[in-house]
Amino acid sequence: MALRAQTGPYFGEFGGRFVPESLVAALDELSEAYALAKLDPAFGDELADLGRTYTGRPSIITEVPRFAEHAGGARVILKREDLNHTGSHKINNVLGQALLTKRIGKQRVIAETGAGQHGVATATAAALFGLDCTIYMGEVDTERQALNVARMRLLGAEVVAVKTGSRTLKDAINDAMRDWVTNVETTNYIFGTVAGPHPFPEMVRDFQKIIGEEAREQVLDLTGALPTAVAACVGGGSNAIGIFHAFLDDADVALYGFEAGGEGVETPRHAATISKGRPGVLHGARSYLLQDEDGQTIESHSISAGLDYPGVGPEHSWLAALGRATYRAVTDDAAMQALRLLTRTEGIIPAIESAHALAGAIELGTELGRDATILVNLSGRGDKDMDTAARYFGLYDGGER
Amino acid sequence: MRNVGSVIAGRNEEAAGALIGYLPVGFPTLDESVEAAVALVENGVDVLELGLPYSDPVMDGTVIQAATQQALANGFRLAHGFEAVRRVTERVDAPVLLMTYWNPVVQYGVDRFADDLAAAGGAGLITPDLIPDEAADWIAASERTGLDRVFLAAPTSTDARLRKTIDASRGFVYAVSTMGITGARSDVDRAARTLVGRLREAGSPASCVGVGISTAAQVAEVLEYAEGAIVGSALVKALADGGVDAVGALAAELARGTVRQ
Repeated sequence: MALRAQTGPYFGEFGGRFVPESLVAALDELSEAYALAKLDPAFGDELADLGRTYTGRPSIITEVPRFAEHAGGARVILKREDLNHTGSHKINNVLGQALLTKRIGKQRVIAETGAGQHGVATATAAALFGLDCTIYMGEVDTERQALNVARMRLLGAEVVAVKTGSRTLKDAINDAMRDWVTNVETTNYIFGTVAGPHPFPEMVRDFQKIIGEEAREQVLDLTGALPTAVAACVGGGSNAIGIFHAFLDDADVALYGFEAGGEGVETPRHAATISKGRPGVLHGARSYLLQDEDGQTIESHSISAGLDYPGVGPEHSWLAALGRATYRAVTDDAAMQALRLLTRTEGIIPAIESAHALAGAIELGTELGRDATILVNLSGRGDKDMDTAARYFGLYDGGER
Repeated sequence: MRNVGSVIAGRNEEAAGALIGYLPVGFPTLDESVEAAVALVENGVDVLELGLPYSDPVMDGTVIQAATQQALANGFRLAHGFEAVRRVTERVDAPVLLMTYWNPVVQYGVDRFADDLAAAGGAGLITPDLIPDEAADWIAASERTGLDRVFLAAPTSTDARLRKTIDASRGFVYAVSTMGITGARSDVDRAARTLVGRLREAGSPASCVGVGISTAAQVAEVLEYAEGAIVGSALVKALADGGVDAVGALAAELARGTVRQ
């Protein structure tokens, strides 16, 4: 079977629905609504129309030769999801799930967010469709992404700062799930990544796979060939699966996911789930996760809030197990250096998340050499990260503020 | 040690039904959690649920989350769960179920977990984030070891899912009484009465209602229609506020609700 044809609930030994019984009816309802929507041309048309007239699809590709000089001279081509409305790939998925929410007939949506990009996208869709919206965000993340908190509130969403556990993305998911268990009859959970219980990994992938479908054609048009390698950052893995999916059955195209290596995978402070974790069950799915001997989740670390997650989507675990995709780690510092390099050489300020993929592309280009073409998913823009970058590079007057 | 099903059946013959009490292992310390569990039984609790603290407890409300986070911060290890079961069952003869999220069992090894729980004198497992659809390993291990399996039923469960849950369960079916997560509610939800009625119609021999019970009057109200009443957050709060004596006193008060009216 073609790898592209794989659907949930299981991706090999990964995936499933490890959830409280209280959520099963809602997951069944969502699965059924999604299955019907997939068969209904009107749904696809409406989503494509929103993509064209609201998100700004198709997003362009940009070749970055001055940056590529630092990547072994390989051709480097960026897929510009940073140019989407709301500033990242997250809007692709959110519009799909918001349309489904309307079909199901629920009036309230909830979502978790790490960097705030999924929260902003969800709050945006809620404003567009007139839905009530509550966003759960770890308290640590509300502090390092204060600008996105303000954006969500301006859009009319309630932002709940989650104070339990590590006070980051995983705890925001726990609280969003608790909200869903409590309010399941009125509320739809717009999940932000390709993790979680079925149908989320499959459904979110389907809403994101347009990234790779567009990019595959665009690269063919530009270069006359498929890329040598495709690179993306991986937290939960939605932008990575989005750009990988169209290439899964192109055996000659190498797929690389770059996880957050934090302060180094030899230290305890990283979020390199596939590189350093082992299979287990978290947030409704069996997949790789960072955990101790007893199965307690280990707190992850990354300078990038959007990658600071100790789990990963089950389809990535499956692709890693099959050897179809390769997962490596990129440190905080390597990502920050790549962020500055792209900014200085090309005038494009990437999100710190996406900078992990850029650092990975530098590494790949050096390995693959001048004949290689590397397609990088530039999943988000860096506006939200200015404070982190300014502190990191001492850009405020008086040096480190 | 008597099994869960027979204890619940017995209490429904001699009283209004069974009182099931939850406490987390290792809160506030391992020793005190053992003493508190013994105190529950000595004050009229019929079946014990000992919770294994877990880093991501999506079905627990704030009181239990705070207690289990403290237990983890104090160095709780899975081995303490088996130790607690052994120490409690050596002193009292109420059946002891462990309540655990699924990943710790997976990491320990499902068969090894079942063997060690049975060896410690445990009666079985309550699995809040494991539905029968995903439970093939656990069903096989519990068949082999004779351990009880308690799965959850929700007001939103379809009739077909209720039948599946009843078929997969042994001991009792855990009926979630409100749509919410654990935490004391001023009223036990009407939905519980409907759910237990549906479970009985679908063939459940024993349904116990949890989530939201904190007074003897609520225990009595639940036992009008269910075979057992499950109390968690209220006991944890009593233990946190007043120690072993307080949790024993609350258990004695709650047990008054099991007296046949």
